[in-house]
Amino acid sequence: MPEFTLWDILRNLLLAARWTVALSLIAFVGGTVVGLLLLLLRLSGRRALASLVGAYVQLFQGTPLLMQLFLLYFGLAMVGVNTSAWLAACVALTLYASAYLTEIWRGCVAAIPRGQWEASASLALSFGQQFRHIILPQALRIAVAPTVGFLVQVVKGTALASVIGFVELTKAGGMIANVTYEPMLTYACVAALYFALCFPISLYARVLERKLA
Amino acid sequence: MTAASQPASQGGPVGAAHTRVGAPILRITALRKSYGAHEVLRGIDLDVARGEVLAIIGKSGSGKSTLLRCINGLEVFQHGSLIVDGKHLLHDNARAMRELRQGVGMIFQNFNLFPHLSVGRNVMLAPHLVKKRPGSQNEARARQLLARVGLAEKFDAMPDKLSGGQQQRVAIARALAMDPAIMLCDEITSALDPELVGEVLRVVESLAEEGMTLLMVTHEMSFARKVADRVIFMHQGLVHEIGPPAEIFGAPKTPELRQFLSSLHD
Amino acid sequence: MPLQLDFASVLDQWPLLLRGAAWTIGLTAVATLLGGVIGVLCAWARSGGPRPLRWIAGAYVELIRNTPFIVQLFFIFFGLPELGIRLSPAVASILAMTVNLGAYATEILRAGIEATPRGQIEAAESLALTRAQIFTRVVLPPALRKVWPALVSQIVIVMLGSAVCGQISTEELSYATNLIQSRNFRAFEAYIVGTLSYLALAILVRNLLHWAGPRFLFGR
Repeated sequence: MPEFTLWDILRNLLLAARWTVALSLIAFVGGTVVGLLLLLLRLSGRRALASLVGAYVQLFQGTPLLMQLFLLYFGLAMVGVNTSAWLAACVALTLYASAYLTEIWRGCVAAIPRGQWEASASLALSFGQQFRHIILPQALRIAVAPTVGFLVQVVKGTALASVIGFVELTKAGGMIANVTYEPMLTYACVAALYFALCFPISLYARVLERKLA
Repeated sequence: MTAASQPASQGGPVGAAHTRVGAPILRITALRKSYGAHEVLRGIDLDVARGEVLAIIGKSGSGKSTLLRCINGLEVFQHGSLIVDGKHLLHDNARAMRELRQGVGMIFQNFNLFPHLSVGRNVMLAPHLVKKRPGSQNEARARQLLARVGLAEKFDAMPDKLSGGQQQRVAIARALAMDPAIMLCDEITSALDPELVGEVLRVVESLAEEGMTLLMVTHEMSFARKVADRVIFMHQGLVHEIGPPAEIFGAPKTPELRQFLSSLHD
Repeated sequence: MPLQLDFASVLDQWPLLLRGAAWTIGLTAVATLLGGVIGVLCAWARSGGPRPLRWIAGAYVELIRNTPFIVQLFFIFFGLPELGIRLSPAVASILAMTVNLGAYATEILRAGIEATPRGQIEAAESLALTRAQIFTRVVLPPALRKVWPALVSQIVIVMLGSAVCGQISTEELSYATNLIQSRNFRAFEAYIVGTLSYLALAILVRNLLHWAGPRFLFGR
């Protein structure tokens, strides 16, 4: 029976952690783009669109990410897309992130006093101009900290991709635990790596919050 | 003791000696308190007789609020001693502190009612928890006290539904429910709209008439003149002048007091 | 015909779904009670406790908040047996959920506690209340009321997160969903029904807690 050193475990976990980072970045960037589009739809002033986006947010915030992953995984296969765990995870996490981000940002936009919209409207700015030049710069300031904070949720969320078979940090941990018979040490290492990824982001979010408050 | 007559006798002839039978209810000796390097109280000596009404006046920063807050241990002082009703104030003894505080009521500038409790329960909380007063008796007493401050019908109201003056009167009832021997009033009308000041002062005046020992930091000079037995003028952390109101307001001895009094009329 | 959906064969299995939903609610209820207690204790420790306690509570909170729930669950279920602590799936799930919720509740409650105006505490002190009485009677109820919406959201998040507990074969709702699709091979439909069941539970629990909090926990 081969002996595994702590370094063997850590090295393999570190290799797998690259996928956790990649998946997190894709979901975060994708979520930002989709979330921003949803935000614009929501602010457009069309009631139907706004409530549609509201339902979307409700759906993703009111159901488990795990179930969303399964749904995407099986759903993509149903509509004939040659599905893989990687693709399903990317899409599911992107949608998940977009729902949360759009809701966070809506709160930030709502925090801008009505007078700002009214003042810019009375200066004959279009909706787009009002948003782009008046609202966005102010909302961005208060949005930075919670947005960075949400990145931690995304990183942790990628761990669920392991359940549909995508080999990232958690899945790799499970495989290593099975061959080393050292589940405690392995999962402690897995947790430590997640902590190493997430804690600095959490700290940074807190610093931002204090600085911009 | 004839409660109602005592304050009147104190307000008597100028220079009357404040000798009373028995030990003073409050004795402060060589009290010093500092925040870091800044000394706020620089050696206070003061005896207060039972039933006496004291008004403490002075500029902001003169230490008058700090002195008041030392008396029930909200502020920790570094030197000197403080005896309330025969009990030494010991900061590091939680039990002794609670014992002492049962005898010392305090009314704050901004009321500090508990926002999650109804008016009645604000009044009943401490007697229930600290004095273990039985429920029915506690409620009867609370209703009686609220009636006394003119708020009988507000028993079930929440504090945020009351005006400032009403809130402050509830706070007085809440303090009275503990049957304190001394009542401390820390600028209790400063946060009120002018038209609400009167209703609160009337309650305080009735307390004085009933013989409650009162120490009040106040900016209401006419009230101090009318109700107080003695007035203390504090200046730079010291008792600068002390005496009957007629003397303090009518014949100030020190230039600091003269200046303070004249500044009030500007 | 790739897009022919068959929900009937999923809904036929409603007793399984109901059982799973009951498990999910049960796990959440127990974790909420225990996690709430942990949250109150640690929030007290963090805002007013002695320094070592403050530090320990802080480390606990950071550790839990910066690692995924699934890893916490696997550590407890697969890791702890190495120390001779062998837990059933249900107990491991409850433990993981409790520890997880406790950490978030700590931070949420702490924010509420630290928002207590100084004068409230001084008023209680001058009424001769003990430290414990001040905390439970004067500080905690308004703090709880203030942070109740955040706490309810967190409880719902933990409930949704408990879907992962099916992975260690705790028989909750996601486990039931998986069982159904393994029987009738209608995976997509099964997961749609399962997912919507979670949505219904989330709405139910959220409304229930919003209703119950003011009535039973912190007065009007």
